[in-house]
Amino acid sequence: MTDKKIDFAAHLQSVEENYKMIQILNEEGKIVNSDLIPDLSDEQLVQLFKDMLWSRAVNDRCVILARQGRLGFFGPTAGQEASQLASYLAFEKNDFLLPGYRDFPQLVKHGLPLHKAFLWSRGHIEGGQYPEGLNAVIPQVIIGAQITQAAGVGLGMKKRGIKQVVFTYTGDGGSSQGDFYEGMNFAGAFKAPVVFFIQNNQYAISTPWRKQTAANTLAQKAAAAGIPGILVDGMDPLAVYAVSKAAREWVLDGNGPVLIESFTSRFQPHSMSGDDPKIYREEASFAEWDAKDPLTRTRIYLTEKGLWNKDDEEDLIKQFDKEILEEVKKSDNAPKQNVSQFLEIMFEEPTEILQEQIEYYKNKEGN
Amino acid sequence: MAQLTMIQAITNALDNALEKHDNTLIFGQDVGLNGGVFRATQGLQAKYGEERVFDTPLAESGIGGLAVGLAFQGFRPLPEIQFFGFMYETMDAIAGQMARTRFRTGGTRNMPITLRSPFGGGVHAPESHSDSLEGLMAQVPGLKVVIPSNPYDAKGLLLASIEDNDPVIFLEHMKLYRSFKEEVPEEYYTVPLGKAKVVLEGTDLSIVTYGYMVHESIKAATLLKEEGLSVEVIDLRTISPIDVETILLSVEKTGRLVVVQEAQRQAGVASVIMAEMAERQRGILALKAPIGRVSAPDSIYPFMLAENEWLPDAQKIVDKVKEVINFD
Repeated sequence: MTDKKIDFAAHLQSVEENYKMIQILNEEGKIVNSDLIPDLSDEQLVQLFKDMLWSRAVNDRCVILARQGRLGFFGPTAGQEASQLASYLAFEKNDFLLPGYRDFPQLVKHGLPLHKAFLWSRGHIEGGQYPEGLNAVIPQVIIGAQITQAAGVGLGMKKRGIKQVVFTYTGDGGSSQGDFYEGMNFAGAFKAPVVFFIQNNQYAISTPWRKQTAANTLAQKAAAAGIPGILVDGMDPLAVYAVSKAAREWVLDGNGPVLIESFTSRFQPHSMSGDDPKIYREEASFAEWDAKDPLTRTRIYLTEKGLWNKDDEEDLIKQFDKEILEEVKKSDNAPKQNVSQFLEIMFEEPTEILQEQIEYYKNKEGN
Repeated sequence: MAQLTMIQAITNALDNALEKHDNTLIFGQDVGLNGGVFRATQGLQAKYGEERVFDTPLAESGIGGLAVGLAFQGFRPLPEIQFFGFMYETMDAIAGQMARTRFRTGGTRNMPITLRSPFGGGVHAPESHSDSLEGLMAQVPGLKVVIPSNPYDAKGLLLASIEDNDPVIFLEHMKLYRSFKEEVPEEYYTVPLGKAKVVLEGTDLSIVTYGYMVHESIKAATLLKEEGLSVEVIDLRTISPIDVETILLSVEKTGRLVVVQEAQRQAGVASVIMAEMAERQRGILALKAPIGRVSAPDSIYPFMLAENEWLPDAQKIVDKVKEVINFD
């Protein structure tokens, strides 16, 4: 043997070189990677921007509602519109969605009436009763559980011969969960048609993603499962769409799952229940990330293409807000819930012990 | 009819289920070619193909999550957890996901999953292979927990579990797998969930138990009969929900109750039965003596050389029955 050494540093570096961030539209609204520009019509581009504006409008309204105590749990979405809506644009109607708790925009685009999202937030039984034919499950709260379930949904679709794709979302925090690895590994082993989508908004409530892992990217976590992992600028809707669309095609071709890390920013707190980003974010980071706002760069891009007029935007947002408030009103009218109703849905048929409790509560409820 | 051991009856039930219900899938660690470490799925992959009977990576949480996802696609998953001592790894998939799905979707989605797993002690298995963790499962709202004590019930209860549209945890006591044979019909049949069975009739005292302890209880009752005592033995068969009515009827007849479980004393199924009897007028007023309890003590499942010292057995049951009978 010579004195050759195993070069661990070089090994690490070679891993990291495979996970460079893909960007197409930079924060000045300029195309920086024309090779990858996705094939979107003008109408689709405008619709995508409108969807992102709608999502921001819902967010802004929800923040107000939450402060007024008129919502339950709400996880703000501002800053993540490109990650959420541009990835959703790659979906088809029969694709299956397993969302995290911050993913109501994709759910609503997929067919969930908005007032149901409000009811879920408030803690109402009807918030989990989804319309027939909506290919989605209700938002997951245990942040890695949807990853293993997505592998199951994907395997099920494959067994049924359904040519569709499963999309599941989690965050940087979720990528630390054991289930995240198990789910990716299962889907890889079964070549299940799943797109695993991490929105790396940089903080798991307050813990910075750099403190959660020694990995230089979250995308590289795919390597261990033997599947592609792609890192994309999560503030760039063109890049998010291009990557999601390509991932969908790859998966649909029977190549097995893909992991996407969309590097993004949550402009606001983790939830409206009391955390203060000023405690855990560097002061300079607010302005730095606000400048990367996906809405800003998209607006510039579309305006320069002659597809958007800023003057029309105010009216559009007013219209969105009006529609949102109508949905809020619908959720206000949801019937009062009672305990006997909860007991009745525990099983297909209540057990004898539950039946006793149902009778007890029904008497109390005066039915 | 054939004479089958409990493990053969389980294989036979799974065979019947795969044949009758097209949407059933069996999966888990080594369940395919190998037929499972206890051979519960022996021959099933050869008969039904790898599409329906397949091995998974060695990750229990993944197996549980896979079952949930497959159920969302209209399948009736029959996952196997190789030993129930490994269940902790998949506790969220069971208690946090399967058990909650019908509820959190407001009754619009179901989880027709039957999760099978060997459990229980006395077979000199290594650490974490012999625990009786059914009490943890019984505490979870939204689950049914089924524990057969013999080959006939094992088949009928397993098929009833598979037909059920809610998640069932089906626990198979390892000591019963090959301990005896009995007549088991070849054809498909079910034994209802949630119904206990009086396996031995008696008039002086009722023993309520389940799983392997049914056999130790029958042994105890036989010994006590020689001393002129008539003991009734009830096999719960389903430990969640508990068939309170059958226990009440027995206690009303005998006036004395001993509850026997192999699991440790703390919390657990025996506690629930004692509480149900203490809380209900029909129970407490029928009792002529305090309720007796036979269980393992509250240590971690012991090192295997000493497990027989630790486990409840017929003699410990006999002693407890006498104590309750002699109470004035």
